[in-house]
Amino acid sequence: MSKTVLAINDVTMQFGGVVAVNDLSMHIDEGEIVALIGPNGAGKTTAFNVITGVYQPTNGEVILDGKTIAAGHPTGKIKKIYAGGHNGEYTKSVKNTPDKITKLGIARTFQNIRLFKNLTVLENVLIAKHMRMKANLFTDTFMLSHKEEKRMREDSLELLRIVDLYDVRGEIASSLPYGKQRHLEIARALATEPKLLLLDEPAAGMNPQETDELTAFIKRIRDDFKLTVFMIEHHMNLVMDISDRIYVIDFGKQIAEGTPAEIQNDRRVIDAYLGVAEDE
Amino acid sequence: MSLTAFLQYCLTGISIGGIYALIAIGYTMVYGILRLINFAHGDIFMMAAYFMIFAMTDFFLPWQVSVVIVIVATIVLGVVIEWLAYRPLRSAPRMSIMISAIGVSYLLQNLATYLFSALPKGYPEIPFLKQIIHLGNVSTSLVTFITPILTIGLVAALMFIINHTKVGMAMRAVSRDFETAQLMGIKINRVISFTFVIGCFLAAIGSVLYFTPRATVNPLSGALPGIKCFVAAVFGGIGSIPGAVVGGFLIGISETFIKAFGYSEFSDAFTFVLLILILLIRPSGLFGEKQTEKV
Amino acid sequence: MKKKTKVICSLLLAAAVFVLLYIVDINNTGNSMLATVLQLGAIYALVAVSMNLLNGFTGLFSLGQAGFMALGAYTFGILTIPVESRGMVYYLYGINDVLANAALPVPLAMIVAGLVAAFFALLIGAPVLRLKSDYFAIATLGFSEIVRILIGSSPLNTVTNGSLGLKMIPGFSSFFTPFLISGFCILVIVLLLRSSYGRSFKAIREDEIAAEAMGINLSKHKQMAFIISSFFAGIGGALLAMFLGAVTPTTFPVKLTYDILLIVVIGGIGSVTGSVIASFLVVACKEWWFRFLDQSMYIGAFHVPLLKSGFRMVVFSLVLMIVVLFFRRGIMGDREFSWDGIAAFFRRLFRRNRPALSGADLPAGDERNGGDGHE
Repeated sequence: MSKTVLAINDVTMQFGGVVAVNDLSMHIDEGEIVALIGPNGAGKTTAFNVITGVYQPTNGEVILDGKTIAAGHPTGKIKKIYAGGHNGEYTKSVKNTPDKITKLGIARTFQNIRLFKNLTVLENVLIAKHMRMKANLFTDTFMLSHKEEKRMREDSLELLRIVDLYDVRGEIASSLPYGKQRHLEIARALATEPKLLLLDEPAAGMNPQETDELTAFIKRIRDDFKLTVFMIEHHMNLVMDISDRIYVIDFGKQIAEGTPAEIQNDRRVIDAYLGVAEDE
Repeated sequence: MSLTAFLQYCLTGISIGGIYALIAIGYTMVYGILRLINFAHGDIFMMAAYFMIFAMTDFFLPWQVSVVIVIVATIVLGVVIEWLAYRPLRSAPRMSIMISAIGVSYLLQNLATYLFSALPKGYPEIPFLKQIIHLGNVSTSLVTFITPILTIGLVAALMFIINHTKVGMAMRAVSRDFETAQLMGIKINRVISFTFVIGCFLAAIGSVLYFTPRATVNPLSGALPGIKCFVAAVFGGIGSIPGAVVGGFLIGISETFIKAFGYSEFSDAFTFVLLILILLIRPSGLFGEKQTEKV
Repeated sequence: MKKKTKVICSLLLAAAVFVLLYIVDINNTGNSMLATVLQLGAIYALVAVSMNLLNGFTGLFSLGQAGFMALGAYTFGILTIPVESRGMVYYLYGINDVLANAALPVPLAMIVAGLVAAFFALLIGAPVLRLKSDYFAIATLGFSEIVRILIGSSPLNTVTNGSLGLKMIPGFSSFFTPFLISGFCILVIVLLLRSSYGRSFKAIREDEIAAEAMGINLSKHKQMAFIISSFFAGIGGALLAMFLGAVTPTTFPVKLTYDILLIVVIGGIGSVTGSVIASFLVVACKEWWFRFLDQSMYIGAFHVPLLKSGFRMVVFSLVLMIVVLFFRRGIMGDREFSWDGIAAFFRRLFRRNRPALSGADLPAGDERNGGDGHE
């Protein structure tokens, strides 16, 4: 039994009257690749946004390596209209901005690629290294910490070598082909030295060949960087091929959990994806 | 402060507030549709005053005709500015179009200095508006009295246009979602031009009402009222017409009372303090809607 | 290009600039237009670069530059007006007792000027930086006006001398002073932009959400950029006070911010080199080359139309609008001057003159490889 890296306990995320994530509990163990799937609008990206600190959960908590990184309970206006479960069980309120979460070891990519478009490939990676830098504004400006800067560059170039982007390191990020941009986004996330990597639809818009490459790539970085991977994905081939476990959510609620084989045969999952006959 | 003085100040405040409201509507409508702070709006208001001088002082036209000419000329100016300076930047980054607006403001101020010199010019007298009327103990000029009434009337008409006509519906659609409105076959450019027509129409009327009691105009006279009215628009919640009206009245009244209590040198600073406070406490303003960016 | 070659080239350039300035200086009979334009250009260059640090590199559209300059200029003025002449300067309102004998040498006063501006940036930064783009712009514009109004207001008469302003502020001890100070400050900004912090500022400009997801603390870094920019604007204000010798609240209207913004736009938003070039160009045009537009002119018996007082600024505004509308990238876009760029330019020029032998020897990205500076 390996150790749990990320635990999501009874998380509800409610915006006004809309419950985007409803009473969700998940756990991700060290070294696993876990997929989060569900129909469009099921609340997958919202779940990611709760984990990465973009939103504070309305109720419930998120725990990274035993440390609560986000927690909330309904207060104020939401209290009266709260529609999720486990009301009153949580009393803590913990809010971390996304940069703090990243510092704690969760890195992410975005559904619609968000690179620093007008900067070079190398700069994109260097920026992700900034947070771990010890030099302060003064020493950094006056090049008193050029050794550290040099090491940062070397590490970044090394990383680019691993992800096969070394040859294009001087190119402007937006000039890369789409598939490479996805790779760069992952490389940039890796540069923050995460324990847990969140990938939001990494294969979106890719052709089958690129998807196969990506599958191999994710496996490789998981092993090379000793990562735990949690991803949202729609490409079922990729999901079934790569995942150790899968969570399925619909309307913000978990409807199934299990190995790829179990999920493929799960009645509820098939219903969620294909729809249930009205006369049932 | 005696009751008479108090009422006198109230009336003055409401009157100047009404003018601010008229100009603020121009800001709020343009912002609602283009997401642009039209920095040139205050200067369009200033140009309207010079048009009046032209018509009445240089061409000896009667004031009724002059007002019509001022309105038409101001509208033309506003629409031409939109056409030349904002339309080509429709797909440019927000910063570019804002810079363009600042550039237009700069150009109008310099143009006015060039054409009419930096010295203040006398604003023509409109005897009809200047006649003194008495309301109990309070005596005031007619313009002070009719300004708030005119403002309310114009706002009511504007609300009618926006809520009950086809072009109004198009305007609401465009301010909700620019791209979708375009896809639905709304002629964006026509709607935007119409917005400028309304904004400039109100600015022209505001200009006549504002300068009649003040007697002089200079090329910078539009800058400060312009910013104040923008603050009014922000206060009410940018994009909201009732908000702009409430904001305009509020700023007008508070400014008058600050002056009345002898702090006139701070009356302008007050506006800016108010601006920063609103932005900090409730950036979406009194009636504005909160906007969040999607991740 | 080798690093050594670059260093030599840079030294040569610096020497050439020095010699040119020296020639201007010795030929300066006291009211040379060229000398004035160069000095003022250097001051504007610093302020423009400091504004570019925010607007061009961090993506924060600030319109508060004039306010921070005013803070710097007044702080500097109050601390450096010779103690014996203070009675004369403050003849109407008298001077605050605390300040009557508070005097600092020029270099120290200049640093204090920057620090005061930076301190105000710190005060308003935390709340104001939460605002989105155009709201931030209008809030900083508002701040700038508040500063100006308060400086001229009666309760501060014994400090700022109200609307009379400050006089007898010491001038530059040497012709070279503004160039040295401004050059040094710009160098610091360039170093900052090339550091890891500078990269983070650019990341914020490119995509705030991604920057935050990469662990960059948005509020802290924006605050840094805002404070640094204001610090240098304060120093720029102090330099302007030295240049003018006297300041009043009307020296720092919103229009001054606009002037600087225009320099930044014409030079290219996001280019330090551009801002510097544009400062000298704009100042030269405004104060010197376009002056003739303000005087009526006769060629023979022909009276040239349009020329009269004020026409210069109209032409200037039109040039600006043309840049904004048709040459949005300005002179430099977001590129910077670099010896590699110059070398590449000459190589291209050279090739064009001698038609390429075959397609194969065209440069295959030799400019790009220089990107990480490790070649």
